[in-house]
Amino acid sequence: MSKDIFKNRYNIVQAIIVTFAVIFVLRLFYLQVIDRKYVSLARNNAVKELDVYPTRGYVYDRNGELIVYNEAIYDLLVIPRQAKGIDTVKLCELLGIGKDDYIARMATMHSAKGFSSYKPNVFMKQLSLKDYSRLQEYLYLFPGFYGQVRTIRKYPHRCGATILGDIGEVDDRQIEESKGYYKPGDYVGKSGIEKVYEHELGGKRGKKFVFVDVHNREMGSFNNGYFDTIARSGDNVITTLNIKLQEYAEKLMANKKGSIVAIEPGTGEILALVSSPGYDPNLLCGAVRGENFKSLLTDSLLPLYSRPTLATYPPGSAFKPVVALISLHEKVQGINYTVPCNGMYIFAGLSLHCSHHHPSATNIQYALEQSCNPYFWQTFRNAIENRAFGSTGESYGKWVELCHSFGLGIRTGVDLPSEVSGNIPTVHYFNKLYGENRWHSANIISLGIGQGEILVTPIQLANLYACIGNQGYYITPHIVKRITDPETNKDLTRHYEKHTALIDAEHFPPVVEGLFDVVEAGTARAAHVNGITLCGKTGTAQNPHGDNHSMFAGFAPKDTPKISIAVIVENGGFGADYAAPIASLLVEKYLNDTIQTSRLPLEKRMMEGNLLSKYGVKTNKTLKMNLEGE
Amino acid sequence: MARNESLTGKIDWITVMLYAALVFIGWAVIYSSVYTDEGKSIFNATTNSGKQFQWMIGCVIIGAIILIVDSRFYVTFAYPIFGFMLLFATSVMFIGTVVKGQRNWIHIGSFSMQPSELLKFSVSLGVAKFLSGLNVDIRKWKDKWKIFAVVFVPAAIILIQGDAGSAIVFSVFALVLFREGLEPYFLIVGAAVITLSVMALVLSPAIIAAALAAITALLIYQLKKKKKIIWYIVGIYLLSTGYVFSVNYGFNKVLKSHQKDRINVLLGKEVENGKDWNIRQSIIAVGSGGFWGKGYLNGTQTKLKFVPEQSTDFIFSSIGEEFGFVGSTFLVLIYLALFYRLLYLAERQRSKFSRVYGYCVVGILFFHFLINMGMAIGVAPVIGIPLPFISYGGSSLLAFTILLFVFIRLDTQRYEQMR
Repeated sequence: MSKDIFKNRYNIVQAIIVTFAVIFVLRLFYLQVIDRKYVSLARNNAVKELDVYPTRGYVYDRNGELIVYNEAIYDLLVIPRQAKGIDTVKLCELLGIGKDDYIARMATMHSAKGFSSYKPNVFMKQLSLKDYSRLQEYLYLFPGFYGQVRTIRKYPHRCGATILGDIGEVDDRQIEESKGYYKPGDYVGKSGIEKVYEHELGGKRGKKFVFVDVHNREMGSFNNGYFDTIARSGDNVITTLNIKLQEYAEKLMANKKGSIVAIEPGTGEILALVSSPGYDPNLLCGAVRGENFKSLLTDSLLPLYSRPTLATYPPGSAFKPVVALISLHEKVQGINYTVPCNGMYIFAGLSLHCSHHHPSATNIQYALEQSCNPYFWQTFRNAIENRAFGSTGESYGKWVELCHSFGLGIRTGVDLPSEVSGNIPTVHYFNKLYGENRWHSANIISLGIGQGEILVTPIQLANLYACIGNQGYYITPHIVKRITDPETNKDLTRHYEKHTALIDAEHFPPVVEGLFDVVEAGTARAAHVNGITLCGKTGTAQNPHGDNHSMFAGFAPKDTPKISIAVIVENGGFGADYAAPIASLLVEKYLNDTIQTSRLPLEKRMMEGNLLSKYGVKTNKTLKMNLEGE
Repeated sequence: MARNESLTGKIDWITVMLYAALVFIGWAVIYSSVYTDEGKSIFNATTNSGKQFQWMIGCVIIGAIILIVDSRFYVTFAYPIFGFMLLFATSVMFIGTVVKGQRNWIHIGSFSMQPSELLKFSVSLGVAKFLSGLNVDIRKWKDKWKIFAVVFVPAAIILIQGDAGSAIVFSVFALVLFREGLEPYFLIVGAAVITLSVMALVLSPAIIAAALAAITALLIYQLKKKKKIIWYIVGIYLLSTGYVFSVNYGFNKVLKSHQKDRINVLLGKEVENGKDWNIRQSIIAVGSGGFWGKGYLNGTQTKLKFVPEQSTDFIFSSIGEEFGFVGSTFLVLIYLALFYRLLYLAERQRSKFSRVYGYCVVGILFFHFLINMGMAIGVAPVIGIPLPFISYGGSSLLAFTILLFVFIRLDTQRYEQMR
């Protein structure tokens, strides 16, 4: 063979090969050693952070009765890629849906944002345990379909919606305020104690880091769960409610608008709190929530309105004990102060009428029993025209201050989400209305019998009578008695303040006696119960829009009160018509646990009392929904 | 060295060891890419690694047979083998099965394979046979046309079958021909064409035309005395400008959109969302390996299926991720050692046939290495060809084994003159 003249090309080929090898090594060095961004890119690909939702805390009544718990419901999920060639007819039959519905659900799912046929998609939301167990038997026939358990709130007693509240999806503002804790789609308390105690009931979310594959399927725990945090269950809450009393109170208020608030005077614990018409709290849980919420929101009877803390009424005669106590304390009159009453009170050119004829009151006790208007006009006048003060403004200012010390005109501080302060008109208010120093007792005389600008909320009224029953103090009314961490049993209860009325203690007994006589022999005889020393006062709040509001506030027993109560039935007429009997039934039920046979007809009459025509509606839409609920 | 040594003594064991190292690395990495926590055995025949193991046993048998057969057989039957494979490959166009849009699979019973893999082997034999012929001079156009036909006819058949990736491999024979005397300007023009093509796609053709005009003007000014050269320069200028415009036209009008996307991805141009997924995930996999790698069986990118075709075309991304810069460089060095060893063996052949065949083996292996690994690290276009001896797949492993072992057999008789 001739000499190989191209031998040197061997080296060129070698050079070409080594050049590319060097280029590759340099490129690898750049990718793997210099540019570190690929490590996090791979991590972001493969590791996802998932939230682990805690179970919400349970709620109990004061006797340990479970009133709110969580129930398992099932979302039916489907991984479309795996659900091929299934018997859709059978599936539809088991789910109780039509073929069109099946097709529509599939179509909605496919057009949803972020749809992936590899990922589980919600096919049907919130199947009940009953429906799901029927399906579960046959689930093996439908590969790709499976149930995912979730929890919804359940209210076995179907009452107390205003207090217990509801949970719903978090709104944008809350998401912003939570600084990233809440995410769209999270559930939080929306009203009632669910809202106020969201922090305690809601628990703390945990985090779980998992590997996911390219189809976003979970492929096991990342780093053996080293970075995971466990979800902390919500705290259990023991409320001050007596759920039996609450149920009974709601029954008595059927077909009537109004409020009931019952408080244990010694502790400020709320025993029952009714906003009527109410609704079954289960209506706002689960799949039916959206529709029911809309329906409740548009109901003309305003079932979602928390009347006990938001509605305000002129207290009328129920305010008279305050007028009496202030004047006694100010020493502008004694216990045996007399005001002659012949049915007429003539003052500053005004002639005012007493509500009924009765012998003239020669002491405060009898004046209360008879609810004598002239007596309290005069009593109020005495306080305002008190010579110890330099001017009407000064004396009235003092009077307002003393009212505030009963928790009137200020918020009670109850642990419910929204509350108004009612109204005790201020000096400033009258100065603006009439001009400074240009008003005197005659201008404001109607305040003496709880009319005019004075407004109270039902909870303030119940609290006021707790204070009178306690003879001089009240404790901030509250719904939650105790909070315990279910894991550590640690007591997380809030402290509630004791407030003292700025009235000397000696002035309370005659007033309490007077209130006792009201029920024994006076205007609230309808509330008399044998064996119970119920003290109280009726009120008839004037209502320019229709029939007067029937009102009663009181406490029992007289000496060591266990319950104070305020009942307001809108358009219910005189206090004695509805409010006083209802209050007496509640007190009897609470103290005796049973209603005397002789009073059963009264109970029946109260429960069946129907004022819907006065509210311009034929049927109570909400009540109907309640019945359909089961 | 004694000529009457036993066969085992004459086998180049360095090459065999490098080959075995690559095959075992491949097998281990295939296991990693299919590995799940369920812990199936590497031998489990339902998994890719188990199947690859069966192919490996097949390769031992085939390799042994190849080494037993006399070298002269391959020389003598070079053309018949070449002719038969050409016919076989052609027949695939009519009786083959379409897989992923390419009609290049043949099924015989439960056995399926891609004839295009073996075609590279037979073309190598054909090229070696032709060039080792008496009085063949590649510098003469008479012989050039013939050798071009030997290379391009099979390439065209594969291209028609839709396997552009394998067809491109045949361009590597230019390197073999260069070694055997093909004029360097073929390589220079080839390199220039590739450079111009890339520029034509990255920049606007008008800019390149202007730049070329400026260079031409500068050259003419510098060489204004030499009239003859100026005409050459002007001619080259016109040709390259025309080429740039036609590449641009061809790219936009002739190429299919997925081909355009692949090129665009490589050139770092914006592509429709997701079209560069494969390459991006592969680069992430390799890059996230870092210096030492994530450790064997710990690659998240590959294990969680972010990288597609992870046991075949993108197998290097598994290696890069799990073994890091150290492991990747080690692999590059093994390949480099193999290529250098094979070049060394080729150069020591007395027979021209064996030398040419040896260069063909190096060229084919090198080109696969270049494209496959280059693709995984984002410096070569996405062309679906396997990484020799490592990628999962029976036909490719078998074909590369046959290709290599025939050369090892030829090398055992390196002192003989064969035609």
